[in-house]
Amino acid sequence: MSERTAIIASRVGLHARPAAIFAEAAGDLDIEVTIARLGEPAEDALDAASMLSIMGLGAEHGEVVVLRAQGPGSEEALEALVRILETDHDA
Amino acid sequence: MQSYVGVGVTPGRVVGPVRIMPPALSAPPAGESLPESAEGGTTAAEAAAAELKSAAAQVKAELLDRAGRATGDGKDVLSATALMATDPMLIKAAVKLINAGSSAQRAIWDAGNDVAAMLISLGGYMAERSHDVLDVRSRIVAALRGVPAPVIPDSDEPFILVAEDLAPADTATLDPAKVIALVTAGGGPQSHTAIIARNLGLPAVVAARGVMELAEHELVYVDGAQGRITTEPGDAELAAAAKWRMQSSQLGTFDGVGQLADGTRLDLLANVGGAKDAVAAAAANAQGVGLLRTEFCFLGHDTEPGHDEQVAAYKGVFDAFGGKKVVVRTLDAGADKPLPFLTDSTEPNPALGVRGYRTDTTSPGVLARQLAAIADAAAQSSARVWVMAPMISTAAEAAGFAALCTAAGLSTPGVMVEVPSAALTSRHLLEQVEFASLGTNDLTQYAMAADRQLGPLATLNDPWQPAVLALVQATVDGAAAQARAAGNGAGPKPVGVCGEAAADPALAVVLAGLGVTSLSMSARAIPAVSAVLRSVTPAQAREVAQRAVAAASASEARALVRAELPILAELGL
Repeated sequence: MSERTAIIASRVGLHARPAAIFAEAAGDLDIEVTIARLGEPAEDALDAASMLSIMGLGAEHGEVVVLRAQGPGSEEALEALVRILETDHDA
Repeated sequence: MQSYVGVGVTPGRVVGPVRIMPPALSAPPAGESLPESAEGGTTAAEAAAAELKSAAAQVKAELLDRAGRATGDGKDVLSATALMATDPMLIKAAVKLINAGSSAQRAIWDAGNDVAAMLISLGGYMAERSHDVLDVRSRIVAALRGVPAPVIPDSDEPFILVAEDLAPADTATLDPAKVIALVTAGGGPQSHTAIIARNLGLPAVVAARGVMELAEHELVYVDGAQGRITTEPGDAELAAAAKWRMQSSQLGTFDGVGQLADGTRLDLLANVGGAKDAVAAAAANAQGVGLLRTEFCFLGHDTEPGHDEQVAAYKGVFDAFGGKKVVVRTLDAGADKPLPFLTDSTEPNPALGVRGYRTDTTSPGVLARQLAAIADAAAQSSARVWVMAPMISTAAEAAGFAALCTAAGLSTPGVMVEVPSAALTSRHLLEQVEFASLGTNDLTQYAMAADRQLGPLATLNDPWQPAVLALVQATVDGAAAQARAAGNGAGPKPVGVCGEAAADPALAVVLAGLGVTSLSMSARAIPAVSAVLRSVTPAQAREVAQRAVAAASASEARALVRAELPILAELGL
């Protein structure tokens, strides 16, 4: 299981456009990725390809989230997703 | 050649093809289950799940296609909604229901409900997205049924939109570059469709019975001022439409000075719903804001918005009108604008219920906090901020509101006159506050006992009704009586009109003649009202007003006033 943390960079938090961009990127991958707040149990993590789930998570600007994935290419996939989360899409 | 007649709400003469907005979808039968079996080796559940995923993918593709042709906010909204169509949370929930025996349609219907409920429970921005989920659900069900989705049609060429009625949510996707006129079979002259049409400057006719039977792409002629839709337009109609195009460009812009023929001033202000409206109104040279609807700050919230959020929202409007008058209407919740934390949706008669100022007794504190935020924003801006409360019925309520304003540091409290009792006792209300503003939309509704939103009552819900004009006159007379009784040499306190009536150029002349001191309307309506007011002297306006009040019916009043104003025909109004 690969794991990466990311700090939410978008000023509005992981809502609206940033959530859509992230979910769409996660959905395009061949592997399944989950997202959860840092410190929350892995079994409660949400499907990163579900924009609705991510909106429900309500991660704010500056919060830390954990991305998890397994299978071939998971390191690169998580790297790409971390980059998306750590870009301020409102800039 | 066939004619359909309704109530004209915005003037304009256009010819174009009809596109019908399909009526809302009904829910699939409760408990509808899977068909008996499927073809080949698949089970009924597998087939239904595949059908659902295919329909969802189709909806996503259509929305992405539209997003590709949109710009700005519209593009973002459409892209996000497209993603929702195939969202794993939604689809997984639906497939689970299919596996438990539901039909594909019933499964997505129920799953959509559950997801929407979850979003509503999160409040704020998330709660607003619940509308998008239900919209996507409608589209998926429509795809499963093989029928057109109940949304504004997509079109490459400009068209005339024909619908049963339009909801506030529909306007988000209404593109004024494509839609050249609005025609609804239902609704009334003061319904949401009418307000939308005025805001966008689109010719519109509501309560036009029979229009839903028009054929898709059929060419029709719409005359917004006459309230008429005609099929098989001929040379006469095409010429009228061409003449309108020329006339409306001649109306030009407003120069910022509202006046009658002899130079007597009558300020023309704008009704706005937020900072974006305010900036546009200021660009159109509105002399101020006669009505700032503050609900924009509260709608879609599960709980009361905080002080800082409110201050920022109000300041956005004040900053667009530095040095000018901005009249803020405090929260007008209830009836057609329910707010979960403030109003009771189980009331039997919401229009006659705890709404507007009355919510201060059932939910004390919300109004005081709103006034504090308004005062804070006012202190940070150079606008001259006045504040008024909606649904005031008595002088005691007016006094209560004035006291709350004083406590918040706001020096110019006023009241909306929309309840008939307020019009009839304005002399006593104005003893307690500094100004009154006639909300003719609701005033007409209450005076004529006719729901604003019901098509069959459209002729009653007409501000030209002599009874309504008499109530306007009573309000102005009360102001004069209060000034005489006060005996301090000051003139009567200002009585403005902020309902949609002010946007009707012919009615604006009547209001001016009755002694109304300012008119506030959609910014787009200002140039036409200004042009017509400049064609009459105060004496002419008074004469025309007295005859209108004395008329026996709304149509008689309207006809005799229009006959006295040849400029209306010249300008195609």
